[in-house]
Amino acid sequence: MVAESLLGLIGNTPLVELPRISPPGRTIYAKLEGQNPTGSVKDRVALKMVENAELAPGQELLEPTSGNTGISLALVAKLKGLRLTCVMPANATPERKALLALYGATIVESPGELGSNGAVRMAQEIAAADGRYVMLFQYENEANPAAHYEGTGAEIARDLERVDAVVAGLGTGGTLMGVGRRLRESFPSVQVVAAEPLPGDPVMGLRSLDDGYVPPVLDVTQLDRKLLVSNAEAAAAARALLDREGIFAGVSSGAVVHVARRVAEELPEGSVVVSVLADGGWKYLSAEFWQGEEIDESVLWW
Amino acid sequence: MSVVRIPPVLRAEAGGAREVEASGSNVRELLEDLSARVPALGSKVYAEGEIHSFVNVYVDGEDVRTRDGLETPVREGSTVILLPAMAGGC
Repeated sequence: MVAESLLGLIGNTPLVELPRISPPGRTIYAKLEGQNPTGSVKDRVALKMVENAELAPGQELLEPTSGNTGISLALVAKLKGLRLTCVMPANATPERKALLALYGATIVESPGELGSNGAVRMAQEIAAADGRYVMLFQYENEANPAAHYEGTGAEIARDLERVDAVVAGLGTGGTLMGVGRRLRESFPSVQVVAAEPLPGDPVMGLRSLDDGYVPPVLDVTQLDRKLLVSNAEAAAAARALLDREGIFAGVSSGAVVHVARRVAEELPEGSVVVSVLADGGWKYLSAEFWQGEEIDESVLWW
Repeated sequence: MSVVRIPPVLRAEAGGAREVEASGSNVRELLEDLSARVPALGSKVYAEGEIHSFVNVYVDGEDVRTRDGLETPVREGSTVILLPAMAGGC
């Protein structure tokens, strides 16, 4: 395989069976999005959003992100000669902050206790105050689900003859919306299942309910199920993925596998469940849960 | 009787409690019982026969919006979790 640049290596990630995690008689596959160039599914979204953006000369990219999207945008911006500023909650994992800086993005920290909502709000204020900034805004940008409809979902439909359920993490909703819509075309009865983080109290510091936010990209009516996963359950499943299958994946991937196993158990024998693993474990390596410690509820894991 | 877990942003309405008890055989009955027991909390979560759009209600870990909404059954001993809608994502 030869590519003109790293951008040509985004997508077309492999599917691998999880024989040591699948319940008897069912098959769970993992789609390894950690194998994208910067190590996460967000490379797909970043490329599509930048390609669809119409920037005037002198304009720069701005995005609120807790890490992966920023790192992906930093790669795409670098290779396309654009400048990028990311607004990032202070309690994002240190590896994600360090990587973002190394890839060349400018980082603005938002208050950790306000979580992603705080980063979104701060980025909106910056963009409103300075016309130089173009906010791509993955929560609202149709290029986000489109990247998954044309990429992630189409690849799964191409590679598998049967899919009874697909499970992905719920963040912006882009993966679930795009993959779900594409898979329903090929497998009309497929269940589209969201694994959703149960946030620890320390990262739920909204000032009021009115600070709540439902991403416009997300249409909950398009989900068949939406299941909460605690940080402890996600960490335990991430450990199981590594211990049993040798797959070193991130916390949200643990949550997705936790849900995939539950869904597979409830489906009839012969069923096929696809789990979308958003990133590798590298950006969480400093986390002590790998050593069996309790997971830190004050960190923003997704 | 079910345990209803309260997120930090709504605890002031529940007198600081992290969880309260409420009963009902489905989500509608449970939220009406909750509104009768803790009116300040109930009115933030449930008004005019609808769940507030920035509140998610989970019965045994599953969002009732992807089940049967207010008609979602609640079993004796079920855990009900209330959460504010938050941006996730990465």
